[in-house]
Amino acid sequence: MDKFIQHLGIAAPLLRSNVDTDAIIPSREMKRVSKQGLGEGLFAGWRYLQAGGRDAAPEFVFNQDAYRDASIILSGPNFGCGSSREHAVWALAEYGIRVVVAPSFGTIFANNCIRNGLLPLVLGENIIAEIAAWVAQDPCQNKVLVDLPEQQLQASGEAVNFEIEPWAKRMLVEGLDAISLTQTRWQTIDRFHRHRQSLRPWLYQH
Amino acid sequence: MAQTLFEKLWQEHLVEKQSDGTDLIYIDRVFLHERTGSIALSSLRADGRKIFCPEQVFCCMDHIVDTYPDRSDETTMPSGRDFIVATREGAHEAGLTLFDLDDPRQGIVHVVSPEQGIVQPGITLVCPDSHTCTQGAFGALAWGIGSSEAEHALVTKTLRVSKPKSMRVSFEGVLAAGVSAKDMILHLIARFGASGGSGYVLEFSGSAVADLCMEGRMTLCNMAVEFSAFTGLIAPDHKTIDYLRGKPYAPVGTLWDDAVQYWQQLSTDKDATFDREIVIDCTDIEPQVTWGTSPEHAIPINGLIATAFGHEAQASGYDKALEYMGLTAGQAIAGQPIDCVFIGSCTNARISDLRLAASILRGNKIRPGMRAICVPGSMQVKAQAEIEGLDRIFIDAGFEWRASGCSMCFFAGGEHFDFQQRVVSTTNRNFESRQGPQTRTHLASPATVAASAVTGVITDPREML
Repeated sequence: MDKFIQHLGIAAPLLRSNVDTDAIIPSREMKRVSKQGLGEGLFAGWRYLQAGGRDAAPEFVFNQDAYRDASIILSGPNFGCGSSREHAVWALAEYGIRVVVAPSFGTIFANNCIRNGLLPLVLGENIIAEIAAWVAQDPCQNKVLVDLPEQQLQASGEAVNFEIEPWAKRMLVEGLDAISLTQTRWQTIDRFHRHRQSLRPWLYQH
Repeated sequence: MAQTLFEKLWQEHLVEKQSDGTDLIYIDRVFLHERTGSIALSSLRADGRKIFCPEQVFCCMDHIVDTYPDRSDETTMPSGRDFIVATREGAHEAGLTLFDLDDPRQGIVHVVSPEQGIVQPGITLVCPDSHTCTQGAFGALAWGIGSSEAEHALVTKTLRVSKPKSMRVSFEGVLAAGVSAKDMILHLIARFGASGGSGYVLEFSGSAVADLCMEGRMTLCNMAVEFSAFTGLIAPDHKTIDYLRGKPYAPVGTLWDDAVQYWQQLSTDKDATFDREIVIDCTDIEPQVTWGTSPEHAIPINGLIATAFGHEAQASGYDKALEYMGLTAGQAIAGQPIDCVFIGSCTNARISDLRLAASILRGNKIRPGMRAICVPGSMQVKAQAEIEGLDRIFIDAGFEWRASGCSMCFFAGGEHFDFQQRVVSTTNRNFESRQGPQTRTHLASPATVAASAVTGVITDPREML
C-alpha cells in the first residue's frame, strides 16, 4: 500500500450530511468481481444525468472545471455511512481522492479508508465551511496541504491540527499491510485458538 | 470489577493488546455473501493466502440472486452470475459451508445465521455486510466490516480493532398496540441523529426489549448501524435459549448444558457503568415513518414532514431531502399517495413480520394500480408462511410472493422500482436511489406497510388493527 505522508491538492466541497456509500458508489455500478474499474461509477447518481448513463450533470462539483482534478473532499457529518461496501473507498481512490475531510465518518467506511491508503480526516463543521469558502475563491490556486506525521492541515495560510488514532496514523504513514502485520503474532493467535477450543468446545462440535 | 456485557465479550476474545493501541480480537465465525464475499475470496486466492479455519466460515447467496420462482445463476442484474459463480467456486475450493441458491436453507445472511443456530451468545461474528449487527440480538458481538477486514479475519482468525465505547439504550415501559421494534429503532435514530451512536457498542435493555420476541430484537439491533454504532447487542435470556434449542448448529448433549450455563452468565453486572446512557419511555413511541433520505428523517405517523424532534434540524440537508422526495415541509406524512410497497430485507422479513402484515392484509386488497412485493427473509420463512397459508393472504391481496434474497432493499442494477416512484418499505435505508433510480423510499414497520398497501396512501396501522 502507498504510504501517506503529505498531500497537496484541490479540495472539492460536498457540504452535506450523511453522504452514504450508496451515493459514493451505487450498487448498480459495482459490475465486476473486482476492486478495479470503479472510479467511473464514483458518485454516479449525482455526477451523471441518467442512472447508468455517462452524460455529465453540469452542476455536480466534480464536473466543474475548477474541481475536476480534486483529490480532497470537504463534506458534512457522517460521511460514508450505510453499506459496508469497500467499493466506495476503491472508487474514491481510483478517481484520485486521497483525503476526505468531515466532522464524522461511518465507522466501517473509515476503517476501509485506512486499509486502502485514504485519510479520513476529522475537523469541525465550521472549520470545514471556512476552508471551503477559502478554496472557492480560486480552487486551483488555493490548494489544501495535509501533513499526516504532523497531524496538520494547511489552508488559507493557517494550520489546523487534527486528531487521528495512533494505529490509523501508523498504518497510513508506513503503508502497512494489516494481514502481514498480524501474521507476526501467529504463535499467540494459535495458542489462543487452541485454548478456546477447550474452553468453548460446543463451537467446534459441528 | 463490575463489567458490562460488551466488556465481558471483549475480554473473552482479546488475544493481546497491540503496541499501536488496537486490540487483537479473536473471531469465532465469519459469514460471507456473494456481493462482497466473492471479492474477498478472489483476492485471497490471488494473494495465495489460505483461510485458517474454514469450518467456521459460512456463505450465503442473497445480495444479487433473483427472487423469481424460476431463478437460476443468470440474474436480472447484468454480470450477477459472475458474483454467484465466484462465490460458489471460492467456497468449494476453500471448504466453506455454502447455503447455495437451490438450498432450502438459502436466504438473507442475517436471517439464515440465527435460523441455523450459527450465531450464539458469547461469540464474535463478522461479515462484510453492515447489517451484521442484527445478530447482536443473541448476545453475540457481531459487526459489519469491509472486504479487506474480511480477508484479515479469514486468514488470521482475528481482527485488529480499536475498542469502542459503550452505551446503554434502555427502552422502558410497554409498547402501544400497532407499535413494534422497527418503530423503536426509528424513534431512537430520529431523536439522536443518524450519527448518534458513532463510536459506541449499544446494549439495548429495559422492559420493552425484554418483552420483544427474538425476531423483534433482531429488528432492533439491525438498524444499530443506521445509528452509526459499531454494533448493538442484547443480553441473552430464556427467549434466546428457547430460540436456539434444537437449531441445526446449536450445541447438543452435555455441551448444550455447558453452553447454556455459560450463556446465562452473559449480562451486564449490576454496578457496571457505561460511557453513555439513554433511557426512552416507550409510551412516547408511535408508529414511525421516514419522510426524507436518511433514517434520521423519521417522524410519528401523525406528524408533519421535515419537523425535527430531538436533534438539531439541518436546514440545508432538509431542503435537499424534500426536493428529492417531492414533498413540502409542514405537510402531513399520513395520507401521502404511494405507488409501491415492499416487505422484505434483513430488517423485517421474518415469520413474525409476515404474520403481522398478513393479519392486516387478510380479506383486503391492495389499491388497484399499485405494486406490492413480499420477499421472505429466507426459504425457511417462506416455507413456514406457506404452511400457515400466509402466502394465500399476500397473493389474494395482490402481492407478488417471492423466493428469498435481499431483492429490492437495494438496486443492484437489475430489478428495481421505477423513476420517482414512492415506496413504503420495511427495509432499513431510504437513501437516494437506493431502491431504484430516483425512487422515493419511506421506511416503516410491516404493520404500517401493510396498512398503506390497502389504502394506497401512507396509513397509521392502528386504524386497521
